[in-house]
Amino acid sequence: MGVRLDADHGIAVPTGGAGLARLSTALWRRAWLRASLLLGPPLAWFLVIYLASLVVMLVTAFWTVNPFTNQFVHSFTLTNFRQLFTGTYLTIIWRTVLMAAIVTVTDAVVAFPFAYYMARVAGGRTRRLLFVAVLLPLWASYLARVYSWIAILQKGGALDWLTRHVGLGAAQVAYTNTAMWIVFSYIWLPFMVVPIYGALERIPDSLIEASGDLGGRSWHTVCRVILPLALPGVVAGSIFTFSLTLGDFITPVLIGGPSSNFIGNVIYDNVGTANNLPFAAALAVVPIVIMIVYLVVARAFGAFEAA
Amino acid sequence: MTRPRGLRASGLLGALLAAAVIASACGSSSGNGGTGGGGTSANGGGGSALGTPPEQNAPVLTKIGKGEGQLNIVAWEGYAQPEWVKPFEQATGCVVNAKYAGSSSEMVQLMSSAGSQYDLVSASGDADLRLIYGGYVRPINIGLMPNWKNFLPFLKTPPFNTINGRHYGISYEFGPNVLLYSKKAFPSGPPTSWSVIYSNKYKGEVTVPNNPIQIADAALYLSKSRPSLGITDPYELTQPQFNAAVNLLKAEHPLIAKYWDLASQEISLFQSGTTVVGAAWPYQTNTLVADHVAVGDTIPQEGATGWADTWMLGTHAAHPNCAYMWMRWVTTPKVQAEEADYFGETPANHLACPIMNSIAAGSCTAYHENAPLSYFQTIKFWKTPLATCDNGKNDCVPFSQWVSAWTQITG
Repeated sequence: MGVRLDADHGIAVPTGGAGLARLSTALWRRAWLRASLLLGPPLAWFLVIYLASLVVMLVTAFWTVNPFTNQFVHSFTLTNFRQLFTGTYLTIIWRTVLMAAIVTVTDAVVAFPFAYYMARVAGGRTRRLLFVAVLLPLWASYLARVYSWIAILQKGGALDWLTRHVGLGAAQVAYTNTAMWIVFSYIWLPFMVVPIYGALERIPDSLIEASGDLGGRSWHTVCRVILPLALPGVVAGSIFTFSLTLGDFITPVLIGGPSSNFIGNVIYDNVGTANNLPFAAALAVVPIVIMIVYLVVARAFGAFEAA
Repeated sequence: MTRPRGLRASGLLGALLAAAVIASACGSSSGNGGTGGGGTSANGGGGSALGTPPEQNAPVLTKIGKGEGQLNIVAWEGYAQPEWVKPFEQATGCVVNAKYAGSSSEMVQLMSSAGSQYDLVSASGDADLRLIYGGYVRPINIGLMPNWKNFLPFLKTPPFNTINGRHYGISYEFGPNVLLYSKKAFPSGPPTSWSVIYSNKYKGEVTVPNNPIQIADAALYLSKSRPSLGITDPYELTQPQFNAAVNLLKAEHPLIAKYWDLASQEISLFQSGTTVVGAAWPYQTNTLVADHVAVGDTIPQEGATGWADTWMLGTHAAHPNCAYMWMRWVTTPKVQAEEADYFGETPANHLACPIMNSIAAGSCTAYHENAPLSYFQTIKFWKTPLATCDNGKNDCVPFSQWVSAWTQITG
């Protein structure tokens, strides 16, 4: 379509109106053409950028690298996967999964009462304030938040100062796995609060009243009515907290201790330092497999009905 | 291998930040298919005997002609700063296009990729031999480098960039990996041996770099403390020697407060008093001293490891005249001093000393530019650990195994 300047009014008006109308009619008549034009580009994007890179990575995992020529050795081998099942890497995989699980449980326990208050107790104004409070940290840089935790947890930091002044002695938490647990639980908390809030908000008041009318005490109502109905929200939130922790490698670098390597750190070392991409690719398969198992289990809990 | 020191750390930070965004978005299970590079798992081996570098007899320029108007370089971040790039462009008409690399392996990768368009690379000692024997860089005519005669003697024809009398580039800057200590913990003067970082006395107060090349530091210490192992070169270790170094580092693990990845981390560890002794670069010492933290650094009796960078000429460099002009320019005392000040390292050109002092008083001495030769002789410069060692037998442990051993050490 061309654009011509209307001399009298100084405004641009589209030309070729007839052709455009024909095109429009043609598209309207052929729904399949319209659909494929609309969906084609995003689908191509998905196939090429998302899946193709994943496939390339998976194929790479079965190759090796010649250390001197820097070139891939394109012959199929399971060496990389066999290496995964040796002591050190199993320890690292186990540490990563365990941390992801503990962080998920912590976030669920902390987020549930908070989300409950937001969804069912607080008034409109308080609720908005709490929402801002929950999401506020997400506006700040991830790195800034981790660094501020280092300032809090390290020797001579805020926590250390506090425990000394109340007579509890020195507290040196920075550069330990405990510090990682605290930081992970903090930075991923919003990802747990929001889905649980969504699930709780959707529970009809009538169900809770019915439970009371039928003689259910408050604890009973929580266990038998609210928790089961909110569970899909908890599971949905846990997918975020679990997968985000599983894939992280920055927090271990910044605040982890001498035994804090995660799967991501080993991948980073093998890509960046050793340039052993095939082994890194093999390692990257591990979180994918773990997440597939996790998602299958989450689906059984109805996580995908909560959205 | 990554050398995230000083400003180079910002490159890592950038990567971390980018990864953070990805992680936040989808819980990354990272893996960018495609690129290849050096290092592999146990198999594969060092393969070919070294022999003669492929480009040994490549012709060199006999005189520098007219500039080609462009110059493509692969550099460490901080190696192509406007302070010295702008005047160069104005004087020569060569527009500098810099590509920053995050690790030595990435540099090798960039130079080795088919149809590589890069004219120069600021390679470190651990990448040099891979570049030379891979045929990715070619000799230069050192006679066209007037400042070369002003270099510290040990950087004129160092074994990591000069083979069979051929110069594969020109030395640039260097630095030692020193022993950093808190003066509170060592009131009677600097420790004289690296043994302090392996000693129970400082349990939980030790920090060393999170870098596989740290195995060489352990090997250097063992070469003096356990001569029966017969270690002569910390980068050429037979399996028993390598195992001894790895075992020493495994025993050190309970003493470590933190394996540092960024220079800023070690600075913070010493500022807060979390650690009192560790392996460091002069950059950390100088930053801490400037911040009035009571620390000092020393090269203990066993010596130290160190890095040294070389500007190397790409085999297929399309702009050789501009490349030669760049090598001439960055080895002048002024640029050498500016780089040293910006990056926190030591110039190859000793004439840089007074200019360093005019930029920052006392920095020439702080970075040991004017130290006696005996000081430099204590530094064992990084080179790529290869399966093929100088003893003629292919029984040394290659770098890929250093990396997997390091993962085992740090757990």
